Amino acid sequence: MSRQTKEIIIKYIFLLFALVSVIVLGLIVFSLFREGLPLFKTVSVKDFLFGMEWYPTYDPPSFGIFPLMVGSLIVTLIATLIAVPLGVMSAIYISEIAPQRIKEILKSVIELLAGLPSVVLGFFGMVIVAPWLQETFDLPTGLNIINASVILAIMAIPTISSISEDALYAVPREFKEASYALGATKFETIVQVIVPAALSGISTAVMLGMARAIGETMVVLMVAGGAAAIPESLFDSVRPMPASIAAEMGETPYGSAHYQALFAIGMVLFCLTLAFNLIADYISHKFRQTGSATL
Amino acid sequence: MKKLKHNSMSWRYFKQNVFFTLVRASALIITLALGGIILYIVVNGISAISWEFITRPPTDAMTKGGIMPAILGTIYLTIGAIAIGLPLGVASAIYLTEYAKQGRIIRLIKVGINCLAGVPSVVFGLFGLGFFVIFMKFGSSILSGSLTLGFLILPTIIGASEEALKAVPQTFREASLSLGVSKWQTIYRIVLPNALPGILTGSILGIGRAAGETAPIMFTAAAYFTAKLPGSIFDEVMALPYHIYVLATAGTNIEATRPIQFGTVLVLVAVVLGIDLIAIVIRGYMRRNKGW
Amino acid sequence: MESNTIISIRGVNFYYGTVRALTDISMKFRKNKVTALIGPSGCGKSTLLRLLNRMNDLIDGTKVEGEILFEDKNIYAPDVDPVEIRRKIGMVFQKPNPFPKTIYNNISYGPNLNGVSSRDMDALVEQSLKQAVLWDEVKDILNKSAMNLSGGQQQRLCIARALAMKPDILLMDEPTSALDPISTAKIEELIEELKDNYTIIIVTHNMQQAARVSDETAFFYLGNLIEYNKTEKIFTKPEVKQTEDYITGRFG
Repeated sequence: MSRQTKEIIIKYIFLLFALVSVIVLGLIVFSLFREGLPLFKTVSVKDFLFGMEWYPTYDPPSFGIFPLMVGSLIVTLIATLIAVPLGVMSAIYISEIAPQRIKEILKSVIELLAGLPSVVLGFFGMVIVAPWLQETFDLPTGLNIINASVILAIMAIPTISSISEDALYAVPREFKEASYALGATKFETIVQVIVPAALSGISTAVMLGMARAIGETMVVLMVAGGAAAIPESLFDSVRPMPASIAAEMGETPYGSAHYQALFAIGMVLFCLTLAFNLIADYISHKFRQTGSATL
Repeated sequence: MKKLKHNSMSWRYFKQNVFFTLVRASALIITLALGGIILYIVVNGISAISWEFITRPPTDAMTKGGIMPAILGTIYLTIGAIAIGLPLGVASAIYLTEYAKQGRIIRLIKVGINCLAGVPSVVFGLFGLGFFVIFMKFGSSILSGSLTLGFLILPTIIGASEEALKAVPQTFREASLSLGVSKWQTIYRIVLPNALPGILTGSILGIGRAAGETAPIMFTAAAYFTAKLPGSIFDEVMALPYHIYVLATAGTNIEATRPIQFGTVLVLVAVVLGIDLIAIVIRGYMRRNKGW
Repeated sequence: MESNTIISIRGVNFYYGTVRALTDISMKFRKNKVTALIGPSGCGKSTLLRLLNRMNDLIDGTKVEGEILFEDKNIYAPDVDPVEIRRKIGMVFQKPNPFPKTIYNNISYGPNLNGVSSRDMDALVEQSLKQAVLWDEVKDILNKSAMNLSGGQQQRLCIARALAMKPDILLMDEPTSALDPISTAKIEELIEELKDNYTIIIVTHNMQQAARVSDETAFFYLGNLIEYNKTEKIFTKPEVKQTEDYITGRFG
């Protein structure tokens, strides 16, 4: 075998490895559909998605995941409202304002926060935040929307902060210098020049942070309270989709309708996060930041 | 009497000061959150830690004794995840940085990696259950759990490896190729050795994640309790994150086992953040002392 | 000029994407001579140099037309292995680029991968370093990292590294542009010595250097070969106005 042939073979072997990610993605879809789709022989898609009752173990069971979706969306939304200002502001601080030493420490803090296992944060929410909420507001339970949202926000902040920081950092120096040269203050430069220039990256960061929050399991499993009903206040318990899957899969016989329904929830969750990720990917490619070279 | 005009310098600096205060406050809140959580866990968990706690199995329906099987299980699962994720990730990154040319395939691969990175951990759990446990008939086992975790951390390792490979100066490649050394040998002898420290430190962060994940192993590997240590990769194992979840939510006496719970949390945090911290420190050191 | 031609370029066009960087270049390089390629930045001289050992293959979206004959064979023929070409045509780059290895391993790297046994390696390393007039300076620190050498020493190490492959031709892409005047003088002396055994093609933006070291000089402008002749001729009686303008410093 000539060396050239060998080189070509090596190249294709590496291509094969690189395709593993795509193949795994395909296998994920395959597995979810294989186990989940049979549910729709007995339950209509409409009843599944918009049914108000999730009673998987009743006789006859009822597989309406609307309350679960509402639970997921509401905790994600509130977590985003908390995490976006904190994440973006801390990114601005790190990238534009902080002195070198503090910058390095903060970046490590963010990285360590990202490294905290979700079960640890869930535990923290259960053992600390929940009793405190319960006492302070005199609630029947501290395991509720607001608790889950705060903990989810802590999980989403590192994603939002680090990706925003990359985007801010990539804004060409020329922009800043031009702005300073016109007599703008640092604040005006940040708000009117730097942040707008980094907006696509920051949007990507927010989308990915939301995707992280909506798919996060252990936190919502441990601190959202687990009530499969439409909440009426922020102190009500909810049962977000990942929590339902994680809580119920253990007690479900293989191949039962309930088992299939949990995989079907997985399909919904997968599609939701996929959508978030594709939007993020689209934003970051469509509105690619203009560097100095492309000006 | 002088009124503060909206475009006066003092007003502009006032706005700046307010903004800077907010920005500093948000950085402070995040730092305090991390510090508070860790401090709380250390303060409450430290009293549970003892030599027995780390080296003994649980006793009395998991209300007493240690967590050794869970520590061991987490080590097995993490090593398994590395064994799968690291070679695949490094090889993918080699293709992307050294071989691929701009075009459809590379775009497909990159979107695939991004999407894989975004798949929720519980969906990975379902995938592991549906594909490895049931379809491939591996059962709930170290093998299934390691495969699931390995694919979970794949995107992280690819990202870290790509960055490390790109940081190897192009002139090294040119110099090697100009000596009549083939592309593969250039990659193997020059590019990889120089990228390896970066690949490893970047990957460590992914490895920390594998050690701390719960949802992916719940249905694929983790056992509520095992009396025996695993004998093969087809056995179930206990694992630290799952053990915490079980003790905190479904133990026989939740309040009474709080010290054990805190102790287990402390061990997990120490393992995961310890791993991350080592990576961060090594990386900082390498950035300052790069040979080129 | 015919008898001892080593490389002959025939009607070469070269494109980066859709941009043509070289237009219809035809020229011959003579064996055991030093040929200098000169011209203002962006004239295509470095591009041409990198065509000679197929280093431009590494850049995406490039296209070569025409033929480059080396040992009577077109190096761009489909069955030619660029690795084979690069073994016989070595290269020294603008900035010294030793590997972050020991001095010894920098030299042995290429020969080792091309099957020179470790028994013969010591002699080869010594010989190469001597040829590059570096031996006396490094013979006691062969196992130290090459990164600790000075810039000039590093560049001579890179020359030694290329020589260890025993190439027929040595391509030099502005080899002294990153060096101080003393190191530059040493490299120029070295070139003088090497030409007995090697064919050297050197790109330089320094016209005094071209005049000092080369036997023949080719002047490029905007991707065209404007004038190619004996160096003394080019620098004393250029035939083309543009060449004269350039070497007298009127542009560039």
